[in-house]
Amino acid sequence: MARVAMRDLNKMYDEVHAVIDVNLEIRDQEFVVLVGPSGCGKTTTLRMVAGLESITGGQISIDEKVVNALPPMDRDIAMVFQNYALYPHMTVYDNMAFGLKMRKFDKAEIGRRVKEAADILGIQELLKRKPRQLSGGQRQRVALGRAIVRHPQVFLFDEPLSNLDAKLRVQMRVELKKLHERLGTTAIYVTHDQVEAMTLGDRVVVMRDGRVQQVGDPMELYNEPANRFVAGFIGSPAMNFASVRVAAENGTLWAESEDMRIKVPPRVAQRLARYTGKETTLGVRPEDLRIARDGDDRDLGFDVAIEVVERLGSEILLDVAAGATTMVASVEPTVTAKVHETTRLVINPERMHFFDNETEAAI
Amino acid sequence: MIEGARWRRWVFFYVPVTAFVVALLFPFYWMVITTLRPDRELYRPWSAANYAPFWTANPTLEHIRALLTETLFSTWMLNTMLISLAATAISLFCGLLAGYALSRLKFPYAGLLGTAIFITYLVPQTLLFIPLADIIRNFKLGDSPWALILTYPTFLIPFCTWLLMGYFKSIPKELEECARIDGAPRWKAMVYIIFPVAIPGILSAGIFAFTLSWNEFIYALVFLSSPEQKTVPVGVTSELVRGDVFYWGELMAGALLGSIPVAFVYSFFVEYYVSGITGSVKG
Repeated sequence: MARVAMRDLNKMYDEVHAVIDVNLEIRDQEFVVLVGPSGCGKTTTLRMVAGLESITGGQISIDEKVVNALPPMDRDIAMVFQNYALYPHMTVYDNMAFGLKMRKFDKAEIGRRVKEAADILGIQELLKRKPRQLSGGQRQRVALGRAIVRHPQVFLFDEPLSNLDAKLRVQMRVELKKLHERLGTTAIYVTHDQVEAMTLGDRVVVMRDGRVQQVGDPMELYNEPANRFVAGFIGSPAMNFASVRVAAENGTLWAESEDMRIKVPPRVAQRLARYTGKETTLGVRPEDLRIARDGDDRDLGFDVAIEVVERLGSEILLDVAAGATTMVASVEPTVTAKVHETTRLVINPERMHFFDNETEAAI
Repeated sequence: MIEGARWRRWVFFYVPVTAFVVALLFPFYWMVITTLRPDRELYRPWSAANYAPFWTANPTLEHIRALLTETLFSTWMLNTMLISLAATAISLFCGLLAGYALSRLKFPYAGLLGTAIFITYLVPQTLLFIPLADIIRNFKLGDSPWALILTYPTFLIPFCTWLLMGYFKSIPKELEECARIDGAPRWKAMVYIIFPVAIPGILSAGIFAFTLSWNEFIYALVFLSSPEQKTVPVGVTSELVRGDVFYWGELMAGALLGSIPVAFVYSFFVEYYVSGITGSVKG
């Protein structure tokens, strides 16, 4: 169990600045997920914690001890790789025992720990097999087993579920979560999948182009994204964006474009006031849009043309166009909407987001 | 496999394959038949009425007996075996370490060094033996097995290094990273993880090196002179061709017996050999 701290962490590869000024405190027993599109520096950050990449600037400490110069074997970490990296010439037992053998544990203790890990993961009957005789999910378990037998201070996961098929991925995600509940070991998990990030992380770190965009618990990222990138990255289907101009009229603010005119609720109006007369970006999540009913506030609605209807069973996704702006609305499955019809949507006023067009920061 | 009508399969598959196999195997057949044919048939003029070059009704082991009792053939076999094994061992050891370093360690000019090593392999032996002869003389190694054990690696090490470098590159680097996180220093990760995984590559490099040294001719011809030091290729050709007299029966018997160890090695490791050349590790 340990805390991991990164201070002003930087990584340069020749010309590429892969990780820029990352500051992160990971608490004991916390499950932190680094998420972002490929090339955002998340894996590089993880590999620096592991000691597999040198650190260009800043420092990493594990349990108050600076580990910048420490080789991977002395950091007391365990890592699970995307391709599992099982040793193909060893049996499952030997794969799991290797780390303990290298650390000169006695035979009985090795046997006890491997058995314990195999019990937790349900792979007791696979111990004598070679990796090539295992399915993807079984290999994944062995890779996890190899990490947990060592009782390390920190688990590092580098996209461990990416090579599994969709169904197995969901199942292993749940098991990983349970495993963390049970062992309580501090974990850093890298993924490009925002659903994985949201479901697994106690806290989620969103990265882009080497920089941390926002750190927070999943609902915080979802409800209060710090900028347009986080807003668009977290959530599926993604948040809708529309370019609007802020206009003041009789003391109320309006977000206007050619095809819509929405009244800005007082909660946001105060912060938005200084953008009066300027262009900003309005962000609305698909579930915060619904079909207008009689008695709805006319100032929160706008007319759209339905382009595609996607029936998912539990909900219906409407791909709509308001003039040049396309949006997705998630509506109840009882709605009878047809393609090419026009309808009126209303926005939930409590859940409107505005972003500065230049800095992309949330307003 | 060829799809379609049966004639297509014959024209595009069976006929070419058969032609190929016959062309490849004919020299071996010729070697065998010449070994077993008595001298009076071997030297019968082609215009004779009972001339039958592809078959014999009176097979004999006389040439093999003559080869083993009247020449130093068994000594040559032993010499060749010793020299090939020693040269292969040295070359594999150096090739393993060099190949690993060039493919895995990051150091300045690693790529350039790899290319330079390959280029040395391209220098023809027919040129290289001249300076090497001078070196052998200076170290007074002439006419001893050491002359060959130490010169064969000049072309075997570049070859092994290059082949193993390619093989090591095909092994996912995560295996090694994982071993290093698991608590193995780099050399242990190399010995316990990378080398066992690379066994097909190592075996094929070894087989190739062994074959090259077994068949090597020029260095053996130049650096060895006394009959009891010679290797099979040189011994057979120099002792069984006297002036313009060719002892064809014994020559072919020598060639036949000399190729047995190589054929043996190949047939045992052929599967490893193929996967070593094509190089792949499945996770």
